[in-house]
Amino acid sequence: MIRIELPAHLRTLAQVNGEVQVDVAGAATLGAVLDALEARHPVLRGTIRDHVTHQRRAFVRFFACEEDFSHEPPETPLPRAVAAGAEPFLVVGALAGG
Amino acid sequence: MSSVRVLVGTRKGAFVLTSDGARKEWSIGGPHFAGWEIYHVKGSPADPNRIFASQSSSWFGQVVQRSDDGGKTWQAVGNQFTYDGVPGTHQWYDGTPHPWEFKRVWHFEPSAADPETVLAGVEDAALFKSTDGGQNWKELSGLRGHGSGPAWAPGAGGLCLHTIMVHPDNPARMYIAISAAGAFRTDDGGASWQPINKGLTSQHIPDPAAEVGHCVHRIAMNRKRPNVLFMQKHWDVMRSDNGGDSWQEVSGNLPTDFGFAMGVHAHEPETVYVVPIKSDSEHFPPDGKLRVFRSRTGGNDWEPLTKGLPQQDCYVNVLRGAMAIDSMDSCGVYFGTTGGQVYVSADSGDNWTAIVRDLPPVLSVEVQTLTS
Repeated sequence: MIRIELPAHLRTLAQVNGEVQVDVAGAATLGAVLDALEARHPVLRGTIRDHVTHQRRAFVRFFACEEDFSHEPPETPLPRAVAAGAEPFLVVGALAGG
Repeated sequence: MSSVRVLVGTRKGAFVLTSDGARKEWSIGGPHFAGWEIYHVKGSPADPNRIFASQSSSWFGQVVQRSDDGGKTWQAVGNQFTYDGVPGTHQWYDGTPHPWEFKRVWHFEPSAADPETVLAGVEDAALFKSTDGGQNWKELSGLRGHGSGPAWAPGAGGLCLHTIMVHPDNPARMYIAISAAGAFRTDDGGASWQPINKGLTSQHIPDPAAEVGHCVHRIAMNRKRPNVLFMQKHWDVMRSDNGGDSWQEVSGNLPTDFGFAMGVHAHEPETVYVVPIKSDSEHFPPDGKLRVFRSRTGGNDWEPLTKGLPQQDCYVNVLRGAMAIDSMDSCGVYFGTTGGQVYVSADSGDNWTAIVRDLPPVLSVEVQTLTS
């Protein structure tokens, strides 16, 4: 079980409170976790990464265990603590005003 | 008993304003989708309880929301807008080629006959169509395939397809407008298009009378006379009497012929409304006076409408999508400002009142005239 923290706007869009939990079959890679998130909440498709290319949206970042995974390829394994559900995977909206 | 429902898109959410036919007492609903930019909200003429809203943000992209109960509840529908084939390039601000990239939906045009069918005008400029209530979108790529696409360039707001008008008697004929490419027309339901910019003159392009490249801010028509079109261009107010084949300037005695919003009276095809805005950079009303100008002669001769509107120290803008006209017997005119006011006139513009004064900056205003 993977724990995912979403930014407030995406929690509202997905109609969830608090963390989202998903199961990933196989290795808990960056891409597999995002696939599982979008399968669980299809409304999030296109809001975190492109529908087709899966390129991360420019103002979205991926953090876990105090590391930045934003620029890592989708096959990158997430930390063991995330795979074990001890730590959350963070989807973060870049800080900005307006 | 008739009533009206005003659909307002703002920088920070959508609002639904409702009133009976008198249009004096209003209920304010919202914000819906708080914190998101709502470029456009429009109801289906075929099923007025069905409403589409364009919800977007720089962070999380495009979401399409649909209501089937008149704006009380909403559900997200399809948000995948994929250009047909290889998108190619348009011009960037500096004239260099720039890849076509989807950014947001500027305009929804629900079908007058089928509540499942809706068109979407998007940035970077293209036209999409859904025939399943917004779940799936397919590009009508004949528009970008016209051949002039590589010469289109964005205006300050982006390369946006912001206006879609469907001929009421012949749905195969549609007019669209793009900043800054110009106006285009199809007579085969969107398969093929032709630019309809003859008579336009724009000093910001190398050939001021070029076939494309004009920054058309808005086009409008009266549905009972759909071959007569009016246009608010970046500079110049224009008129066409032949479905866009040619245009003539009708700016006449306007204090400035720059502006964004435009509307045509529901029952008087020669009565046109614009909101003159100063210059192409200051973007506020001349002399700090918020004035709607009305022509009852189809242009050239314009009168300022000021009763109820601020006539000093007013420095708001009225954006291209922020004017709407209802079809009540006593025609209502509505517009929203970047200062968050939404004004209504229930008497064709003679008198104005603010429905609401403190919304986020208003991006779009639409109105539904309801029979119950």
